[in-house]
Amino acid sequence: MPLPYYVSPEQMMQDKAEYAKKGIAKGRSIIALEYVDGIVLAADNPSSSLHKVSEVYDRIAFAGAGKYSEFEHLRKAGIRHADLTGYMYSREDVSARTLSNAYSQSLGTAFSTDVKPLEVEILVVQVGGNGQANEIFRISFDGSIVDEKSFAVIGGRSEAVQQYLREHATPQAPTLKDGLRRCLSALEQVATQKIPSENLEVAVLDRNRQGRKFRRLTSADISHLLA
Amino acid sequence: MRKRQLRCSKNYQPDCDHHMNRMPFLPHHDGSSFFDFLTQHHPELRPGVHDLAMPRATLPLDLGRPGAIPVPHGTTVLALKYRDGAIIAGDRRATEGFQIADRRIEKVFRIDEYSAMAIAGAAGPCIEMAKLFQTELEHYEKLEGVQLSCEGKANKLGQMVKANLPMVFQGLVVMPLYVGYDVKRKEGRIFKYDITGGRYEESDHHSIGSGGKDARNTMREHYRSGLDEEAALRVGLLALYNAADEDVGTGGPDLVRGIYPTAKVVSDAGITDVPESRVRALYEAMIAERRRS
Repeated sequence: MPLPYYVSPEQMMQDKAEYAKKGIAKGRSIIALEYVDGIVLAADNPSSSLHKVSEVYDRIAFAGAGKYSEFEHLRKAGIRHADLTGYMYSREDVSARTLSNAYSQSLGTAFSTDVKPLEVEILVVQVGGNGQANEIFRISFDGSIVDEKSFAVIGGRSEAVQQYLREHATPQAPTLKDGLRRCLSALEQVATQKIPSENLEVAVLDRNRQGRKFRRLTSADISHLLA
Repeated sequence: MRKRQLRCSKNYQPDCDHHMNRMPFLPHHDGSSFFDFLTQHHPELRPGVHDLAMPRATLPLDLGRPGAIPVPHGTTVLALKYRDGAIIAGDRRATEGFQIADRRIEKVFRIDEYSAMAIAGAAGPCIEMAKLFQTELEHYEKLEGVQLSCEGKANKLGQMVKANLPMVFQGLVVMPLYVGYDVKRKEGRIFKYDITGGRYEESDHHSIGSGGKDARNTMREHYRSGLDEEAALRVGLLALYNAADEDVGTGGPDLVRGIYPTAKVVSDAGITDVPESRVRALYEAMIAERRRS
């Protein structure tokens, strides 16, 4: 009986991480940026029907980068998680922190036990109400979770986009118009050409809305804001 | 037993994405229905009987006798169409036998942006069904990225009423009345149900509950097609007033405590609550007119 090849655990993890990172970097970037009334999510997405950004619950939104089938699966599982919690307890008991933890545990387990890691990076964001701060969680393919402040970037050449946003950060949160413009410029930094407004997918969590805070901006809204 | 075998064979799929079907720490389900998700994975949270969870009590009813199936009692809720949509309204009284259990109970529920339902029957299961139906529609909308059609929502509610049928034999009836604004047809629509989940569309107006017949009589006399919102609301409130006059299970306007029936309007602009001040003003005018005559 032939012996299986020995692969050190370090080597195995490194290979998996490299594989996942390569898959995620292939796509385009998504930005979450705090603005004066909440959080704006902007993605370079040529498709108008296959979304990268989605509503999860009253104050919570989701964004996924990497392999579509995989982050779509996570998105749906997250909505079930949130709706179940809200149904079982109360709407105010659904929180981005709990959901992010579930994602982190799931991705971490999948990374260490499955042959193929998930090629995804996700954002879970929650707009604060009643003077509470916004929350932005970035969760990576290996389950590592980062609590980001004022902005976060996932997918594509995220470091370059992050660099641009860091350099152009302002002490006060921008208006929606300025914030969206900043997102567009940051995304264009790493794109080979100008991004037309119909290739932008934009959604906001606006704390001034009644009930569900999530709103998807239409292409008319977007071009009006960027005009 | 047969069901279990089927489920096992269905789960066995040698596909490459198999690992993704088992996300630890996250719920897994196929499909976009929250109701089905609960039924399959959290049956204890689903309203109604769960096969073995409840002892199979001997049926308390002689089902062979005509009229043996319990009908909702102690309520009047109604719906009527008007020019730009539909109005749904209900009284506020809950009873326990000959006692009043609650004077301010809310029987009309906002379901989503374009629809509302009112309920007659056992209060607990009724409220639970309304909450589940709200979650169901929102869940579908978030997963699929689009809202269900007006017809689709009405059918889904029918399935939920059907699933409640075992509870009916325990004496716990849930009977909804559903109104929605159909954004494609640009009109308000009214749906009524029977205990088996049968779904019937009403063309103008309908009322259910113990005072339903009295309310229907009033609406039949005063309803005309193409009423404006104000006039339709007046007909609806008058019907509730008359129902409360005839039926002990229905509460009329309580002038001393300041409790009035509630109403909601669905139209192109979405769903809106009729403010209590407006209901009060309409009732005060109605009562003043009755005193004069």
